[in-house]
Amino acid sequence: MNILVCVKQTIDTAATVTVEDGKISGGEAPLVLNPWDEFAVEEALRTKEAHGGQVTVLSLGALEAKEALKQALAMGCDSAVLVSDPAFAKSDSLGTSKAIAGAIQKLGEIDIVFFGRTTVDYDMGVTSSQVARRLGWPSLSLVAAITELDPGGKRITVERLLEDGRQVVRSKLPAVVSVVKEINEPRYPSFMGIRKASRLEIPEWSAADVGLTTVPEGVLRWPEVYAPPKVETRCEMIEGGSPDEIATKLVARLVEEKVI
Amino acid sequence: MAGDVFVYVDHLTGQASPASWEAFGVGKQLAQASGGKLKAIVLGQGVEALAQTALSYGADEALLGDHASLKDFSPERFAGILSQLVRGASPDVVVFPTSGRTRELAGMIAVDLDTGMIPDIIAFEMKDGAILATRPIYAGKLMAKVIIPERRPQLLTIRARAFPVPQAEAGGGQITRFEVPEVEALSEVLAYKEAGGGVSLTDAGIIVSGGRGVSNNPKLSPPAEVSDPKEQEIWRARQGFALIGELARVLGGAVGASRAAVDSGYIPYAQQVGQTGKVVSPDLYIACGISGAIQHLAGMRTSKTILAINKDSDAPIFKLARFGVVGDLYDVVPALTKAFKERVS
Repeated sequence: MNILVCVKQTIDTAATVTVEDGKISGGEAPLVLNPWDEFAVEEALRTKEAHGGQVTVLSLGALEAKEALKQALAMGCDSAVLVSDPAFAKSDSLGTSKAIAGAIQKLGEIDIVFFGRTTVDYDMGVTSSQVARRLGWPSLSLVAAITELDPGGKRITVERLLEDGRQVVRSKLPAVVSVVKEINEPRYPSFMGIRKASRLEIPEWSAADVGLTTVPEGVLRWPEVYAPPKVETRCEMIEGGSPDEIATKLVARLVEEKVI
Repeated sequence: MAGDVFVYVDHLTGQASPASWEAFGVGKQLAQASGGKLKAIVLGQGVEALAQTALSYGADEALLGDHASLKDFSPERFAGILSQLVRGASPDVVVFPTSGRTRELAGMIAVDLDTGMIPDIIAFEMKDGAILATRPIYAGKLMAKVIIPERRPQLLTIRARAFPVPQAEAGGGQITRFEVPEVEALSEVLAYKEAGGGVSLTDAGIIVSGGRGVSNNPKLSPPAEVSDPKEQEIWRARQGFALIGELARVLGGAVGASRAAVDSGYIPYAQQVGQTGKVVSPDLYIACGISGAIQHLAGMRTSKTILAINKDSDAPIFKLARFGVVGDLYDVVPALTKAFKERVS
């Protein structure tokens, strides 16, 4: 199978994120592979291990995003592509999805595309669906398990994890799949993988390379980004001689404050 | 018509999400600002009751697409129908309650109509005739104001529990059934499985959550057949989560968990609250044995009232909590359950 996994580089989730003059910074924290995408990479690798084929990892971003691609390569992906163009700086998910769909067409013969369900930075969570829409492929989002994958019969059955239950869904291949954390436990990069990743050339594709003569300017504007005002909460400690006494006091306070 | 506001009623096989009705409060405000009509969109099979409810929440008109082909949700089919409907009617705004389904729908419609979509907003104001929406980014560590200055319609999804449910009243609006166009579904729903947890986390008014501390009860001795230390730890944690579940049940709330508890195998991922789990904002969040890692705080800091129960008086969770108890959750949680039961009866 020809398997593609799309990833993004983000600030480490443990970082304290600040904003100064409209510029977002994670301070000294490293840039990492978006944590959701680790599950997508893992699922791509498992799919290859079960059915054979090749796993390509793709990212759209600045040149430094190659580090995220290297992490995916170190986990076991076979090759990587970076779509990078200064023109994307002013674009948004409409442009991103167009570029990724273009890259998929350029790669050709892709059977399945994996995404993480969202990114931990802007949490838009729409790129996988928008890419599927542009390609006219089935979008299987929020997938918690692939229960059947038949590359010959070009068919896939998945379990989607929705807020209000699970849905078992079947579609044809090629398809776009976005995964949730429950689907697997991502492996760590291997020593051999890290060595291989450091040697692999990662090609850079421009907007024109993926078929975009012009990059559409973003339709969203972000006039203001700010740190939420610190809520000064004074924690009222409830004490007592026994758990029952504490509980009774606590319930009384919650009722008094109209919490319940 | 320009100025009109559409609100999409999100449901799974006829059960609307509570946030759907919250969306009508937002829709009404927007329609008042633009002087347009508030219209509900209901797609499904046998879902006229949802259209009726939409009228009671203030819709001037409910556009009802009721057809056998819409029995199961299909993103491509629903998006295709919505895009056609919206293209024909040219509303200013389409409001969706945030869910996995609507994020996908709005994303697809944005592609179809070459317009912008702003997911998961928690507040808004009007600016130069456009909606200036506020939404958390970096899991709530930062806030962003976002606007779609030119393209129409503006597609928004609103976060559950961020806006009040409007007062229901006998509405004077009408239901208009429209002919459901044929749109290909690219996937087929084979079955549904229950979520199992009762109240959904994102809609819950009260959440009782457990962390790694839930397994920390040396007094509990696992049965002899559980000999592996890891299994013993999980066994202990399950006893703790049983207590948490009982408290949640008495309060009519949902059970949550920290990432540490999920990763340790104490409880399924569907219950995880935090940066890589669900973002919740209940009226009351009871954190039991949760120290308060930054990723967890990111997922629950907008809770109205936080009560923390932890053995460690230095746990960071106390910095965010309104009420705190330094103590063993194995003692405090059952005592709380008892006290609430007494209060109810």
